[in-house]
Amino acid sequence: MNKNAIVVNNLSKQFGQFKAVDDISFEVAKGEIFGFLGANGAGKTTAMKMLCGLSMPTSGQASVAGFDVYKENESIKKNIGYMSQKFSLYEDLTVRENIKFYAGIYGIAPQKIKEKTNQLLQQLVLEKEADMLVSQLPLGWKQKLAFSVAIFHEPQIVFLDEPTGGVDPITRREFWNLIYDAAANGITIFVTTHYMDEAEYCNRVSIMVDGKIEALDSPGNLKKTFNAKSMDEVFLHLARKAKRIE
Amino acid sequence: MAKLNSSDIAIKVTAVNKSYIVGKKKTPALENINLTIQAGTLFGLIGPDGSGKTSLFRILTSLLLPDSGEIWVDGLNVITEYKNLRKRIGYMPGKFSLYTDLTIKENLDFFASLFGTTFEENYDLIKDLYVQIEPFKDRRAGQLSGGMKQKLALCCALIHRPTILFLDEPTTGVDAVSRKEFWEILQSLKKEGITILVSTPYMDEATLCDQVALIQEGKILDVDTPAQMVNKFTNPIYAVKGANMLLLLRELEKDPSVERIYPFGEHHHLVMKEKDVLPVLPLGVTINKIKPNIEDLFIHLMQHHE
Amino acid sequence: MQKVWMRFFFIWLEKQKELNSMKQFYHFIVKEFYHIFRDRKTLFILLGMPMVQIIIFGFALTNEVKNTRIVIVNQSTSATAMKLVEKIESSAYFELYSQTKDPSIIDQLFKKGTVKVALIIPHDFAPALIAQNKGQLQIITDATDPNVATALTNYLSVIIQDFQKDLNPNNIIPYKMEVDTRMMYNPQLKGAYNFVPGVMAMVLLLVCTMMTALTVVKEKELGNMEILLTSPINPIKIILAKAVPYLLLSIINITTILLLSYFVLDVPINGSLVLLYAESALFIMVSLGLGLLISAGTDSQQSAMFISLIVMFLPTVMFSGFIFPIENMPLPLRIVSNIIPAKWFFIIVKSVMIKGVGIQLVWKETLILFMMMIFFFTMAIKKFKIRLA
Repeated sequence: MNKNAIVVNNLSKQFGQFKAVDDISFEVAKGEIFGFLGANGAGKTTAMKMLCGLSMPTSGQASVAGFDVYKENESIKKNIGYMSQKFSLYEDLTVRENIKFYAGIYGIAPQKIKEKTNQLLQQLVLEKEADMLVSQLPLGWKQKLAFSVAIFHEPQIVFLDEPTGGVDPITRREFWNLIYDAAANGITIFVTTHYMDEAEYCNRVSIMVDGKIEALDSPGNLKKTFNAKSMDEVFLHLARKAKRIE
Repeated sequence: MAKLNSSDIAIKVTAVNKSYIVGKKKTPALENINLTIQAGTLFGLIGPDGSGKTSLFRILTSLLLPDSGEIWVDGLNVITEYKNLRKRIGYMPGKFSLYTDLTIKENLDFFASLFGTTFEENYDLIKDLYVQIEPFKDRRAGQLSGGMKQKLALCCALIHRPTILFLDEPTTGVDAVSRKEFWEILQSLKKEGITILVSTPYMDEATLCDQVALIQEGKILDVDTPAQMVNKFTNPIYAVKGANMLLLLRELEKDPSVERIYPFGEHHHLVMKEKDVLPVLPLGVTINKIKPNIEDLFIHLMQHHE
Repeated sequence: MQKVWMRFFFIWLEKQKELNSMKQFYHFIVKEFYHIFRDRKTLFILLGMPMVQIIIFGFALTNEVKNTRIVIVNQSTSATAMKLVEKIESSAYFELYSQTKDPSIIDQLFKKGTVKVALIIPHDFAPALIAQNKGQLQIITDATDPNVATALTNYLSVIIQDFQKDLNPNNIIPYKMEVDTRMMYNPQLKGAYNFVPGVMAMVLLLVCTMMTALTVVKEKELGNMEILLTSPINPIKIILAKAVPYLLLSIINITTILLLSYFVLDVPINGSLVLLYAESALFIMVSLGLGLLISAGTDSQQSAMFISLIVMFLPTVMFSGFIFPIENMPLPLRIVSNIIPAKWFFIIVKSVMIKGVGIQLVWKETLILFMMMIFFFTMAIKKFKIRLA
């Protein structure tokens, strides 16, 4: 078995004349927390969609959890988890119903769902709120719950699209605690964020500019390379070079 | 127009309460809000999603009625004089609210006509912004990128030269570069004499405001200048860094002399209970005394309120 | 003196304001047109719908009479009756299914659905024709499908009239056959001209009520309303500006319907065209008002659509008299039908278009529609929220 969870070689996606993703290559090791940064419109979402098996690449190779993005996208979907700020949980279902629903999608046995649900509620200190509608939970709790639901079926990789946007500073850190725990359990984390301090929490960070990966390294090395004090500076330095105005 | 008396106060909010009925329960959205904002300031309302920022904005812009309290905006009573108020304020909601099937220019012309003015009349105010989106003026708003949509929305909110500008989370979901640009634009608008009230969940943007209010769960935690505000953080605070950050965090969490420790970018911020007491640190860990920032203070205030 | 000047000044100022606000209103309407023209698919449906409906009702739903099975209950043994049966049999329209003396067979055959029309020739047909110069005949049709029943009755009557002429070529003998038609299951059978006024009412309702309700609610859903409400525009203008483009669109639709029905379906326009348009405009305003009222009370396009369908569309189909005759309904339903605007419009259009009557005969219905319009608009403006929630 490969020790890499994601392998991407010369991957491109073109919409007519427009190269949304332009020949990117990178690898993500198993259990790594990989930060996927870039300005709005740099091509992050398009790249992420291809890796999740939702969109066909125009050219290049990519395998996710050992499966090919062209031929085995159904297998990919079974082995990944996905969570975004925009779509995560059903607001009009209760906490328990949401867990049950998502677990059911992945074909987990009812008995196991029950056991794991109780365990999860305990871990998130959500036992009292288990039968409350998700819409009544504070945002931070929702996001933590959404993350737990996304890794409920024990995927190899979880994709997080701006998971902490608008979340308060304490909950944001609690959220990262969950990420660390998941990574410690061997789940590979692929995360996008606009909070530059969160970039520091990743093992490695890639920065996309105009469809290309302009930099990829650990936060420490990136700061050294660009002679910057913070990741914020690194990001601004690179992203300002962008010529693309979509 | 000649300035009326007490016109240095742009917004005055006294004892405002607002609650919503969720399910069968009454959930407070705003509790006893008091605010005074001087004319010409760039005022930041800082708090996470769901803290009540949008409710407060809607009350200030006459879109919602408070359950109780008194609000004066630009010398007008928001509840009784809403018609006059609506001529003078500019509002940019958090959600993109322009017409996606109209072009940039058509949106601008339409919003100008709403206020009985024209695009040309106030062009000088939006010029700096408009030139950035002008190459796409015949493109429909729905086909613009996030950054350009935001610039267009700001243009539309400014088209009638409002005295007070309300921007509800203009930088949410926007990348660091565009955010920086946006704040530069706000600084230049301030020079035009427009009072700006802006809300944001990004704590680091607080330092870009003249004055900020921290809001959490419908309550205002503090109002002050960013510089003054952090002075209220009296506990000693340090930045620590080691080879294994996660292990370091877990270790220091257990130390009884530690008030709080949490990750903060490449460091952990370590808040001690007492001055001149340092925890026992593993070998190779660096520690530096730092000045607290707004986020440190926010975390501090959040925990004290709980 | 100064006061007079001041007064003039204020009047002038008011006028300026008025002009400015007209400009605002004008821009709002322009914007509405942009919305309509840029949503090509919806526009296509809106303009194509009347054509499709006219064609469906005009052709697909009208059954051509050809070789239709007929049962003749011939109780007369006269030669005249024999000749009549022969005449019917030899026509291209009917095929003699059976000839009996027992009328009870009719009900059986109708219920089985094998036969839809029957002719009864009573035993005293020929003697009565000679003695009283009056022969009695009875046509019975299965009117579960009223259009078919009418068509059959018409065709059969024509044949009988023809037969009468054959018997009496120079029209000197004054005897006459009386045809008594009985429409079973649906005695108040509606004529073939019914559907044009019906389609008019339906199309106008769909375009005006549903589309206006949807456009207002769309602004709420997408958050545009938030900005509109924080601007000085008067809610009345928001409402009226939304109505204007649909008023124009509906007039185009009426024209399409009238042209199609006149030239393709040969439905006459016997009354004044101006009056017809004026009445239509009135009904459009009623529908617009209703649409705006619905939009004022709903927050999602989904529920606006649902309410438009439940509150407007179904009752219109049921209670306007277009498909189900109101005269046959039980009293409570007949009372309910009075609050359906389409019922009044239907009566007006039928009277003006088919019967060719003038305003003096439909002023009552017109007045009712006018009152409804005032009511809906007042309610819509009153209910329009000047704030969120």
